[in-house]
Amino acid sequence: MSTKVCMWTLDHPEPASLKTYVANGGYEALKKVLAEKMPAEQIIEQVKISGLRGRGGAGFPTGLKWSFMPRQFPGDKYIVCNTDEGEPGTFKDRDILRFNPHQLIEGMVIAGYTLGARAGYNYIHGEIFELYESWEQALEEARAAGFLGKNICGSGWDFDLHAHHGYGAYVCGEETALLESLEGKKGQPRFKPPFPASFGLYGKPTTINNTETLASIPWIVRHGGQAFLELGKPNNGGTKIFSISGHVNKPGNYEVGLGTPFAELLEMAGGVRTGHKLKAVIPGGSSAPVLPAEIMMDLTLDFDAIAKAGSMLGSGAVIVMDDSVCMVKALERLSYFYFEESCGQCTPCREGTGWMHRVIKRIEHGEGRPEDLDLLTSVGHGIAGRTICALGDAAVGPVQSFIKHFRKEFEYHIEHKKCMVGN
Amino acid sequence: MPNIEIDGQTIEVAQGATLMDAAHQLGIFIPHFCYHKKLSIAANCRMCLVEVEKAPKPLPACATPVTEGMKVRTHSAKAVEAQKGVMELLLINHPLDCPICDQGGECQLQDLAVGYGGSASRYAEPKRVVKEKDLGPLVATDMTRCIHCSRCVRFGQEIAGRMELGMIHRGEHTEVMPFLEQQVTSELSGNVIDLCPVGALTSKPFRYSARSWELGRRKSISPHDGLGSNLLLHVKDNKVFRAVPRENEAINECWLADRDRYAYEALNSSERLTQPMVRDGDKWIEVDWQKALTQAAGALRVLRETHGGNALAALASPHQTVEELHLVQKLMRALGSEQIEHRLAQTDFSGDTKRKGATWLGMPVAELNQLQRVLLVGATLRKEQPLIAQRLRQATKWGAQLNVVHAADDELNCRVANKLIAKPTAWVNALAQIAKALLEAGASLPAEVAGQLNNVTVSDAARAIAASLQDGERKAVLLGAVAQNHPASAQLQQLAAAIAEASGAKLGFLSPSANSVGAQIVNAQGAPANDAKGYLLLGVEPELDVHDGGQAIKALDQAEFVVALSAFKGRVMDYADVVLPIAPFSETAGSFINMEGRLQAFNPAVKPQGEARPAWKVLRVLGNQFGLAGFEHDSVEAVRAEALPQGEAGVAARLDNSIAGVALQSLAAQAGLERLGETPIYQLDPLTRRAPALQRTQDALDAACAWTNGGVIERLGLAAGNNVRVRQGGAEAVLRLCRDDRLPDDVVRVAVGPLTAHLGARFGGISLEAV
Repeated sequence: MSTKVCMWTLDHPEPASLKTYVANGGYEALKKVLAEKMPAEQIIEQVKISGLRGRGGAGFPTGLKWSFMPRQFPGDKYIVCNTDEGEPGTFKDRDILRFNPHQLIEGMVIAGYTLGARAGYNYIHGEIFELYESWEQALEEARAAGFLGKNICGSGWDFDLHAHHGYGAYVCGEETALLESLEGKKGQPRFKPPFPASFGLYGKPTTINNTETLASIPWIVRHGGQAFLELGKPNNGGTKIFSISGHVNKPGNYEVGLGTPFAELLEMAGGVRTGHKLKAVIPGGSSAPVLPAEIMMDLTLDFDAIAKAGSMLGSGAVIVMDDSVCMVKALERLSYFYFEESCGQCTPCREGTGWMHRVIKRIEHGEGRPEDLDLLTSVGHGIAGRTICALGDAAVGPVQSFIKHFRKEFEYHIEHKKCMVGN
Repeated sequence: MPNIEIDGQTIEVAQGATLMDAAHQLGIFIPHFCYHKKLSIAANCRMCLVEVEKAPKPLPACATPVTEGMKVRTHSAKAVEAQKGVMELLLINHPLDCPICDQGGECQLQDLAVGYGGSASRYAEPKRVVKEKDLGPLVATDMTRCIHCSRCVRFGQEIAGRMELGMIHRGEHTEVMPFLEQQVTSELSGNVIDLCPVGALTSKPFRYSARSWELGRRKSISPHDGLGSNLLLHVKDNKVFRAVPRENEAINECWLADRDRYAYEALNSSERLTQPMVRDGDKWIEVDWQKALTQAAGALRVLRETHGGNALAALASPHQTVEELHLVQKLMRALGSEQIEHRLAQTDFSGDTKRKGATWLGMPVAELNQLQRVLLVGATLRKEQPLIAQRLRQATKWGAQLNVVHAADDELNCRVANKLIAKPTAWVNALAQIAKALLEAGASLPAEVAGQLNNVTVSDAARAIAASLQDGERKAVLLGAVAQNHPASAQLQQLAAAIAEASGAKLGFLSPSANSVGAQIVNAQGAPANDAKGYLLLGVEPELDVHDGGQAIKALDQAEFVVALSAFKGRVMDYADVVLPIAPFSETAGSFINMEGRLQAFNPAVKPQGEARPAWKVLRVLGNQFGLAGFEHDSVEAVRAEALPQGEAGVAARLDNSIAGVALQSLAAQAGLERLGETPIYQLDPLTRRAPALQRTQDALDAACAWTNGGVIERLGLAAGNNVRVRQGGAEAVLRLCRDDRLPDDVVRVAVGPLTAHLGARFGGISLEAV
């Protein structure tokens, strides 16, 4: 059986319990860090060596991000965990909270120690309220066991964590919108610079990482950065949880090493729905450009390979579509999501997502015009790269990639006012 | 300091400057909507996207800090393509209703659409429609036109100090709106009209009355508070259609208070007096100027001959011009009268002989923003001086400590460090406590004041204020209108001066009226009396302007002859014998001296209505009627040259707030209910009183009520919301009783207004009883 960094507790009874976690080496990394008074530079160095890249979607090297934090800054500093897992297709972070909450706690405490924070917050999106509550229970357990709060593991060092739940806005997964929301304001991304490392939560230096990223930290500290790197491939260290959904026989979360061939993952998920052929895959959550089956089947699942193919590994949400899917209808649904989830702050995204959705809806309903595909491409061009946050780009990615790879299907819809797939 | 290149021009800019700042320095225009120099950076409209070398994407100029060696192109193909792209998206949901939009012709979106918009839209879908919002009587909404730049929202938070507008919903459903069931009540609310780059927020009173391109622009000066905000009057067909700010960083910046913006409505009021009239028993007869002047001068001459010159008195409004006030005092003195007064709301003139000069702000207005410590005494700041309040609010944002002594703990929309809230008769003691606390903390107080503080017990609040004032740099002690009108004003001034001296602060007077300083400089003041035989009224409504309206009316009723120079009819018709129609500020030339001693001259924006004439001309001709020498001026400039021979420099030399030799006689507060009688924001002068939209604001409605705290209401067995009988001396009024628990015990706030004009003095004992 291959090594699992985050989901290993599932091999044990009571996977979420502190007992299970501690019995299998949990909190050893924290104890080691505190007992040895491990220098922060050393931890950051190991994280850099590990090749750990942000698991929330952007894939930014975590060690580098941590090195931006002004650790010597005298005032308050914060660690924030982003569990606002809103990207359609993604359902991995909730399973970390559900099955291995203590590893996230341990990861956040180590991060707090490393980056000089005294407090941390976990922003958990509103739709998984029961996990918000269960994580709070886990915090209580950790506090009672001396892994959190005052004088952690007898080291004399204090650090505390708090859970905070959102109300389901997709944009609050954007780190600065998350901070605004955490501060009790309307969740709207901030213009950067300044970046959170210098002006974050309540204007204080803040590091924000994804749940899976932070949950990987204890493993790296225990086993070393090199061992983590070797779980994946160069520049793409570690394992990754892939949330496979759509037309596979066994949808779910699968934790495999980065660089695993897609075909292997598809196999693990029971293959494409029986009786159908693979048509397209969105490899990294709904904002990642779609890739046709023939490209996808040759790819390995890692940041670099998928980027080279013109898409993104993103959050690792693999949406599988078989030959029954009408790409126009699929895009209509996706574009509706972005239209509804745009925060409305910047002009291109606020106005453009609605425009794109309406045109796609029109095509889907047999009212498309020949010039509409060029119009969509052009409108998308006017949004991408021109907004405060990446939501604009995220909304455009599907539109442009669907048209690029499946243009004929769209043209058929416009010309024949019906779908070339099925009826 | 980084050097950067914009459109081929190099420039060195300050560290931390943005590309927008740098472009502005070079005179390069970058299209924008959300950016505004006085507001925080939002970077949401994306109109100012420019090409920056080595940046993969176009960057917003408003939010991008310059870095050394940056090369920027604001009009390259890439930049313009981005700007045009944003413009297209701004327009897709913007209604094509420019022909019926009040913003048409002065619309940033319209203007920029000419340069960056397409001639036809590629958007063929239904456009967004947004429900209207009721923001109150001043600001009209067409929210469908909103482009979500958030300037109005930021204005509320950052300048007005209170978030009354916000953005709700997400994405395309985003709407700017007030809190549910609430309106915008800020006294600075009209500024959102100027800030709104489209026609979403426009002026309600101006609505549908003219197109912007039909309007002539005339420079003017606001005739209301002592700030002297610079105005542009928009005129058409010899009528003022609206007032907008004329930017002056030293005075009003780019803002206007609502009072300055909407009082123009009164200029076109049906109450305007446009024909000279003489009384014939109970009737008024319209006459020509010659007859009116002859009759006025004749009657006054008889009174003078019978009773002596001092039987004549002049009450002059401090909202009249320097020239008018100069001529009225000159006329009265030539007639042998010293009874001239512009400080109509004041009662305590004992300080006149203890002071060397004219009272003023004590510093330039622009310095208020830089203050670190402020003690505000007896100022209902937001309502007296809306834009001064704004400046002090900015100062507090940078850490200034604002300390307050007042009889009302009003919301100042900024952080107040310490406050001493007490009934008016306790104020002398309150200031004495602060002075004594300074003394105890080792500060040196003028000996004559220090010697009078033996029996004063210092409270914690006074000690905290003293500690605040001892710390920091750039300090001021500011006296508001309530302190200036206070019955023990001289004592308050003496103590304020001592506190200022002991703490190294400047002493300032917040001049309540547009020409309060000018009136002092031309000496339009003397010894006011209530028993004159003949009165000359200049722009005054004594029942509302004089400290004791009831007494003023009595005096005028008993006078033998009253000549009123007035722009309006109104109650003046009850007691005057001759009314002479004069031109308001918009119809005459003249000048005001503002609270910082700045002389601001202005020309007429329109011709006088009907037979109205500039008051300086009327007074000059009255002088001729009496056969007096020295009334030969042939221009307003000639009058000004006579009034201010050394111009503004001569004014500066005469400004002096220092005061000495006042005995502290009112150290003990009185028992019982006391009136706090302020001039409400929209009762300041005859113009604001007649501006219909202002009179419909919440501020105007609130001012017509009697306010006291819950304890008083309970003790007297009254009920808030019911009418209550307010008694003062022999007079009474029935007002709606309202509860304000931020008023201290024993204080009843009854402002001056039409319902209360006949009550007694603004301060002193008052009683409440159920109706």
